[in-house]
Amino acid sequence: MRKVYLDHSAAMPLLPEVREAMQPYLGEIFGNPSSLHDWGDPAREAVENARVQVAALIGGEAEEILFTASGTESNNFAVKGLALAQQSKGKHVVISAIEHFSVMNAAKTLEKWGFEITAVPVDKFGRVNPEDVRKALRKDTVLVSVMHANGEVGSIEPIKEISQITRENKVIFHTDAVATAGTIPIDVKEMGVDALSLSGNQFYGPRGSAALWVKRGVRIMPLLDGGVQEFGRRAGTEDVPAIVGMGKAAEIALKEMDGRAKKLVPLRDRLIRGLPAKTGHVVVTGPEDVRLPGHASFCVEFIEGEAMLMLLNASGIAVSSGSSCTSRALKASHVLLAMGYSHEIAQGSILFTLGIENVLEDIDYVLQEMPPICERLRQMSPLWAKYLKFAKGDH
Amino acid sequence: MPVYSDVVMDHFMHPRNVGEIENADGVGEVGNPVCGDMMTFYIKVKDDKIDDVKFKTFGCGAAIAVSSMVSEMAKGKTIEEVRKITPEAVAEELKGLPKQKFHCSNLGAQALNKAVDNYLEKKGDGGEKK
Repeated sequence: MRKVYLDHSAAMPLLPEVREAMQPYLGEIFGNPSSLHDWGDPAREAVENARVQVAALIGGEAEEILFTASGTESNNFAVKGLALAQQSKGKHVVISAIEHFSVMNAAKTLEKWGFEITAVPVDKFGRVNPEDVRKALRKDTVLVSVMHANGEVGSIEPIKEISQITRENKVIFHTDAVATAGTIPIDVKEMGVDALSLSGNQFYGPRGSAALWVKRGVRIMPLLDGGVQEFGRRAGTEDVPAIVGMGKAAEIALKEMDGRAKKLVPLRDRLIRGLPAKTGHVVVTGPEDVRLPGHASFCVEFIEGEAMLMLLNASGIAVSSGSSCTSRALKASHVLLAMGYSHEIAQGSILFTLGIENVLEDIDYVLQEMPPICERLRQMSPLWAKYLKFAKGDH
Repeated sequence: MPVYSDVVMDHFMHPRNVGEIENADGVGEVGNPVCGDMMTFYIKVKDDKIDDVKFKTFGCGAAIAVSSMVSEMAKGKTIEEVRKITPEAVAEELKGLPKQKFHCSNLGAQALNKAVDNYLEKKGDGGEKK
């Protein structure tokens, strides 16, 4: 049976070059970067080299890169750390309604600490209107956090436009770029942001490698108390192999970004056009054209995402779903609900995230396997039966 | 380790008794799309025994497997015996369900019992009530 992995937003395979670059740091070069002796020197050098590589990926300065252990940590660090550092100025934070849990729940924690949170809405394609951000700003707003792109529906947010508004109002602006860094071009200066989160495993680097870029001069409160690693902002001995891997992956991503997108976009579009055409009652979630290169997301009506996921898995195809049954929390995706989808439609969420190892035949295999799976589940679905009865009576 | 037991997987991949029964003696519907699962059970009753049972389910793998298992457990049983099919008994027959799935997806026994209620109501009212 053909095996097709289309769940790259969940986990990406490590590039062989990245693994190779990491290898010495899992072996003979084991020193602590903080140590002043011969064992510490090469480890420190490797971390500083990776800092330059990661900074280059987003157009920042090496000293502005703080390595963390996950995108979640970077987002927590940004939302809590930036808000806390400025709480003497005010306690109001603006986020979007479709942020990742690590931003949304960090904001909820701020709420418990006495902050007020405003979540700006999105349109039906999952896009924030910058004017809504402007309207949400108050005298006591100290932070705006809007993601660069949404990993569930592929929408790309107007960060540059929002940053004009935050700069006019002298409000700090953070963007969660976990879904975009290494995938589409990023220039922090052009975007006009003050802080940006990125994660190594989203561009074929190792898990547990991530960073927060914080513009020089912007204050942030450390979340971890300890030593003075990462310029005194993120305590804890550096994970040298992960950092080295992230650096190497960033260097390769910067070089190959255009080529990867050129390869992924036609595959994505084949899926986005093909699936609704082959299986009726399938909605593309997010924008149809301007979206993340390897990202195709849908809601299949009258059936549920986890059941689809399991049958696709039985056909050798790996995907994700935002249905409540797939989430451990058993809640429908807040992203799809914020976009105006009903619970019923949101349950049919299915997400394909492509990677550089995918080929045209993979997509054609999905287009071949998916329609009978949808048909099979619809034959079982009381909602489908009701729809058919209603449609018949209607004509 | 897979999330679901081999029995759950078998019933999910090969669900028994999927469908509807025209002129069913009893119909029971539970769930709503907000929680993610909806089940409709149809029964035919003969000599106080479940002569035939069919279901339709909108939901996750667990919900489909539960429905299938309940339909098998119900077939040929008396009304009194059907009343003893509990969510716990269904989960046990399925060799366990993931903890977070137990409450939301384990609605099969409830749907079946609703179908029995519906049958008894109809019988009592001379078949007038829906």
